[in-house]
Amino acid sequence: MASIPSKLYSDDVSLLMLLLDTNPFLWTGANTTTTSLPFPGFLTHVLSFLNSILLLNQLNQVVVIATGVNSCDYIYDSSSSLQKTADSSENGRMPILCSRLLSKLEEFVIEDERLSKDDSPEGIVSSLLSGSLSLALCYIQRVFRSGPLHPQPRILCLQGSPDGPEQYVAIMNAIFSAQRSMVPIDSCVIGAQHSAFLQQASYITGGVYLKPQLPDGLFQYLSTVFATDLLSRNFLRLPKPVGVDFRASCFCHKKTIDMGYICSVCLSIFCKHHKKCSTCGSVFGQALGDTSSTDRKRKTPET
Amino acid sequence: MAAGQVVMRAKYKTSVKDPGIPGVLKMTWDKFIFTPNDPRSSGKLDVGFKSIKGHMFSKEGSKKALLNLTQYQGGGYIFEFDKFPDRDVCRDFVGKVLGKLQSVVPSGQDAKVVSERSPATVQDEQLSPEEMERRIKLLRDASELQKLHKEFVITGILTEAEFWATRKKLLDVDGSKTSKQRVGFKSAMLADVRPLTDGRTNKVTFSLTPEIIHQIFAEKPAVHQAYLNFVPSKMSEKDFWTKYCRAEYLHRTKNAVAAAAEAAEDEELAVFLKDDDILAQEARQKIRRVDPTLDMEADEGDDYMHLLDHGILRDGIKETTDLQYELYKRTLSQDLNRHAAVVLEGRALEMELGDTRTVAEALARSKQAELATKISDENAYQERLERASRMTEIEDLQAPRTLPFAPLCIKDPREYFDSQQANALKALGDAVAGTRPMNCTLSTEEAYGSFRELISEMRAAGLSDPVVKPEVSLKVLNGLTQHLSSTKYNLGKSAQESVLDTLPKSTKEELLHHWTSIQELLKHFWSSYPITTSYLYDKVSRIKDAMSHIYPKLQEIKESVQSDFRHQVSLLVQPMLQALDAAFAHYDADLQKRSTRSGDRPNGFV
Repeated sequence: MASIPSKLYSDDVSLLMLLLDTNPFLWTGANTTTTSLPFPGFLTHVLSFLNSILLLNQLNQVVVIATGVNSCDYIYDSSSSLQKTADSSENGRMPILCSRLLSKLEEFVIEDERLSKDDSPEGIVSSLLSGSLSLALCYIQRVFRSGPLHPQPRILCLQGSPDGPEQYVAIMNAIFSAQRSMVPIDSCVIGAQHSAFLQQASYITGGVYLKPQLPDGLFQYLSTVFATDLLSRNFLRLPKPVGVDFRASCFCHKKTIDMGYICSVCLSIFCKHHKKCSTCGSVFGQALGDTSSTDRKRKTPET
Repeated sequence: MAAGQVVMRAKYKTSVKDPGIPGVLKMTWDKFIFTPNDPRSSGKLDVGFKSIKGHMFSKEGSKKALLNLTQYQGGGYIFEFDKFPDRDVCRDFVGKVLGKLQSVVPSGQDAKVVSERSPATVQDEQLSPEEMERRIKLLRDASELQKLHKEFVITGILTEAEFWATRKKLLDVDGSKTSKQRVGFKSAMLADVRPLTDGRTNKVTFSLTPEIIHQIFAEKPAVHQAYLNFVPSKMSEKDFWTKYCRAEYLHRTKNAVAAAAEAAEDEELAVFLKDDDILAQEARQKIRRVDPTLDMEADEGDDYMHLLDHGILRDGIKETTDLQYELYKRTLSQDLNRHAAVVLEGRALEMELGDTRTVAEALARSKQAELATKISDENAYQERLERASRMTEIEDLQAPRTLPFAPLCIKDPREYFDSQQANALKALGDAVAGTRPMNCTLSTEEAYGSFRELISEMRAAGLSDPVVKPEVSLKVLNGLTQHLSSTKYNLGKSAQESVLDTLPKSTKEELLHHWTSIQELLKHFWSSYPITTSYLYDKVSRIKDAMSHIYPKLQEIKESVQSDFRHQVSLLVQPMLQALDAAFAHYDADLQKRSTRSGDRPNGFV
């Protein structure tokens, strides 16, 4: 890196942090039919996209982070592999980038499997998006501190697994951290369902959220929408979400409500008054029993 | 006079020397009329105040009580009154009228506002001219307010009182500014008591005014104390001040040796020359009141104590130290600090400065009051000690402060977060895919196994070629383009750019104006419920009529804009209509209830 004259860094040099969803439950079994894009095909699209990013600008940098079920890790960093370009590509079938990434990925999957405790998981198995987001942000922070001249970082999440509700707080923290350091989070959802987390992440950080209609054309989506550097985004019209609904839904009936009751302890939302919070068990309004009854009286004719 | 006119006997003169024509001067808000006692006389006047530029008047105590009203064109009208109080009444009235006129005249439309509003004001409230001036000033400053005022008050939808009732705050804020300012001490030092020497004799003259004496008492408690003790029991007031001035003189001449010598002879004089004990005590008290956690060391760099008087020259002579007579010396910094403290404390006495004795006693009384507060200080001392121990506590030596708390226990976090997620998915209109959970029938081992297979399969096979089929690519591109063009006119593309900015300026302003006027009307509308008096009933129906006039106006805006913007404008107008509709619905419901309700039901009971 030091050999590169620093003046070459211009506005359109990018650092792309790619978060790759490597949830085995997503890519194997019944789900392969729903996504209609098998893993090798998916990886082909992604690797071609990475190559094109590196070709766009000599100084562009790509870091790939694998998002597993039990762990996350860096599996590729274009800046660290610069010195080893002397290696010949594997049988000439595949660029050096791809072969190295694949071998690292294999190692990662083995390690990820070793860490798994549950033999036959039930229900939704989500990948550790919060962990990989944090890894990406840490890497970006290091780049920020490397000196006044650095590529413009952005994060691209290629996510297929459903959101893990237990990661909600961690993911939101990562999102706000990204917002603070002005790092946009792009999200390309390749799974069957939309991701509410990523939708919010892109909305808050000013990134692009996209769920491709045609999984076969993933490369086209990636190169058309997500290859644009941050400077060019000022002049381009990228897909915008129709709108993010920030209204909350009540915990009792899952109805979307404009106004409701909120538990002062755990912030659970209810559409009507309860004596006790169903989420955390706090008891409400014992002392104010009579005032609430008059309240109710006044309201009854309207309902 | 508050009724808006003044009638006074006066003489009209064409010049100051003119003997004048006796008659009656009558002044109203817009003009003044002079009628001579002798009806044959030619001195009859009927002049509007609009042509008057200003007014001049003779000083009280001068030979004649004159009032001169000067015209814009030059020249003027001179009136002579029998007595000064008569003249003052007229002068004050003229001042108010002119002030009112001149504050409004600069913009033409304001003149209209005033002329139309004056009768209304007189009818329903007796406003003082100051109050009115304040309102006019407010209207002049805020064009928004003026627009509203013109639209509602002048057309009679709202009364003057109603309009201002909701803006009491604006008037109050303004009112506080005009409150009387209390005059404090001069910030000039007392060095002003300069001795005057006439060249011939050895006499030195000091001149003391009650003002100066007051200041001396405030700044030098010892002198104050001595005065109370000695005058008049031990010495006369004149002697006292002579002694004081003598002491001052010794200070001034820097004659510390002489001062020490004189003090030894005369114990009263010594009082003035020695360091002020009372001051020292006060200073100690103040030091005790200083925040105990204040870090004095931090200010060490600012310490100039080793340089006496900071090397400042006083009266052109550099002060030098002589330890032996230090007792009899006051440093400039001490004087400066004391003076600053007194000036900051302000003048506690609200009284005419006249007799020295009364000044001294009043000052003593106010000191007494301060003393009372000092006793309460003793209680504060304990608090300070506690604060000090709290601030300087060593954390390692403290027991851990455990607050009683109950841990948050969420029974099922999945449910907690899922509910929001389900909602978000619903919002996307992707219900079919969103609600179906990922069915994973595979065991972990199987899943990882086949996934690893996929990877190795790929390593063997390499990248597929071509990466993407051209026809699929084209489809994707077309799809994206279509998506982009369809969202082009979507509102709220980004939070920063407002829809209003894309509209033509006139439309934007019109919309904003309608918003403010609707808000004003609705504010009055809703605040008059529940209707308890016939006055409120009147008001509501007045406002309702006004609101019904807005509907066609809004429709007009919608029709007048270009087709490109019509959709956006109608979106903007929609909430206005909703707000108005809600008001009308409430009005109708209330009306119905009133007609059906039998009289005995209490108000508000449903």
